Amino acid sequence: MNTILEVKNLVKSFPEVCAVQGVSFSIPRGICFGLLGPNGAGKTTTIEVIETILKHDSGEILYKGRPRGATFREEVGIQFQNTELPQYLTVRETLETFRNLYGRRGDIDELIEICQLEELLNRDNRKISGGQKQRLLLAMALANDPELVFLDEPTTGLDPQARRHLWDIVRNIKMKGKTLILTTHYMEEAQILCDRIAIMDYGKIIAEGTPQELLEQHCAGTIIHLDISPGEKIMEGFPWPWFQVNGTMEIHTDSVNRAIEELMRLDIDLSSMTIRSRNLEDLFLELTGHQLRT
Amino acid sequence: MIKRIWTLFVARNREFIRDRSAFGWNIAFPFLIVLGFGLMFSQDRQVLYKAGIVTAPAQQVQRSGGDNSLTKGPFAAEKFAQFKKTRYVEYITFPSQEHALKTLAHHRIDILINPAAGQYWINSSSPKGYIAERLLLAAGSNDGHGFTRQIVQGREIPYIEWLFPGVLGMNMMFSALFGVGYVVVRYRKNGVLKRMSVTPLRPWEFLTAQIISRMFLLLGTTAVVYIGCALIFGFQCRGSYGTLLFIFSLGGFSMISLGLLVASRSSSEEFAGGILNLITWPMMFLSEVWFSLEGAHPWVKKLSLIFPLTPMIDGARKVMNDGAGIYDLKYQIISLSVMSALFMIIGSFMFKWQKE
Repeated sequence: MNTILEVKNLVKSFPEVCAVQGVSFSIPRGICFGLLGPNGAGKTTTIEVIETILKHDSGEILYKGRPRGATFREEVGIQFQNTELPQYLTVRETLETFRNLYGRRGDIDELIEICQLEELLNRDNRKISGGQKQRLLLAMALANDPELVFLDEPTTGLDPQARRHLWDIVRNIKMKGKTLILTTHYMEEAQILCDRIAIMDYGKIIAEGTPQELLEQHCAGTIIHLDISPGEKIMEGFPWPWFQVNGTMEIHTDSVNRAIEELMRLDIDLSSMTIRSRNLEDLFLELTGHQLRT
Repeated sequence: MIKRIWTLFVARNREFIRDRSAFGWNIAFPFLIVLGFGLMFSQDRQVLYKAGIVTAPAQQVQRSGGDNSLTKGPFAAEKFAQFKKTRYVEYITFPSQEHALKTLAHHRIDILINPAAGQYWINSSSPKGYIAERLLLAAGSNDGHGFTRQIVQGREIPYIEWLFPGVLGMNMMFSALFGVGYVVVRYRKNGVLKRMSVTPLRPWEFLTAQIISRMFLLLGTTAVVYIGCALIFGFQCRGSYGTLLFIFSLGGFSMISLGLLVASRSSSEEFAGGILNLITWPMMFLSEVWFSLEGAHPWVKKLSLIFPLTPMIDGARKVMNDGAGIYDLKYQIISLSVMSALFMIIGSFMFKWQKE
């Protein structure tokens, strides 16, 4: 069976909000599936319903083609957004404690090696850094040698170095044939790690596909960025969409040469110009809007 | 299942023992209390006395020798009348002299007077009894006549031995309620419980591990305190240690169950702390930790029965002071068993892994 998880018309409401409104997706084995969306989009609620933490109102969740049974918790690994570790235990003791809660257990030495915990094993949980804690939490999520791993914003709050370090580990886990479901705010992270992504907003999936497919479908073209903003009068009649952002300007175009020719014709100073392809971040902003969500 | 419970038991024990401040306090606190009271009584700082008054006719009391006179002194009635005017003395009447003497032996009253017989009794180990006696003898006149002095016959219980089971019980209460309650609430607040909830661990396995771990630590620290105090103060347990262990175990289990009930849903340490204080303070005052409820209003005595600390301390005192056996503790055992079952059933029913 190629599909490990299938979600059909999932609905979950809270007293004041319908957080998940008919979400459907399926995840093939061995891929990293990214669930993206702004704050409050319903990502974590969707994941927590799948993880059996929350009960859903309606819809169907199939794991290996069947409703999740008693073995589901034995076969999945979960890393939450914000989890503290038990106090006064060492890294090794914490890992062993959680590993012993499962009937099926991964090889502890392999876990330590994969998550690069060798140096930390005898250190008190209270004395490890944010990146080290995330590595331990990841090792805990892998303690039962799971087939499906949920990673809920695993790199939030980490410095760039620690983040890249964790990406290497996640890639390594993926190479071992595990299926991963990743939620993240970082588009770069999704682009690097995910084989397939779904973008959620207001409790619905608004786009789904491989990163390349989504870019081609929703976000083709190139962005020309200028550190100056010539003003609306000069740009009047400009053939491609352009946006002023904090005194700078972005032009979205499908023809870089012609756009530059046009800018030169308007006698605009191009000395601060940068050109780049559109990426997932542009796609994300385009689909979910530029307004700040609270 | 066993492996999961054992794993959490070991993890929790490690946490407790490595939290040196909490661990040290659990050991040091009862020592300090007993030491403090020892000093307090050695300096006669008590100001409130309880005098038992026998209203029944005088009985022939068997004595071991010495002054066995039952002479009714010519000034006894007058002296008693004067004594009754003394302030800060509470007068408790007893229709039965036998019951009154037993009460005196347990330091529930400080002096026992039979005005009709012109007799009074004190517990010679009681500093309050000594002062009460002086007050009685000094009342009204300076001649010192009118009453003949009697000493409680048979076994006397030093006050510190009466107090000790109460202090041990109180320490167990704090350790069980706050130890279990706070830990579970903290686990819930910081997400550790949520993390555990997505493993195959079942709620009853988690609760069982918490109970076993706390019981182990509770009885371990209590044993250390008991042995330490016994060596320092020379206590003796008149009953069997097995019975004492049983009543403390049952009492500890009941307290832990109550702690789990309080912590079954909350994720706020402040709220849980408030509730725990609300429970512990009345128990401390109404479960006869420090003083007897003899002479208190009947409703106060009845109220004290709803607290698990009351039967635990009562049972422990009976074992330590009177040498009671398991059968003698039947009411305490039934009471603690019913409370434990009730707390556990409601606590398990209400238990939530996560914040609400």
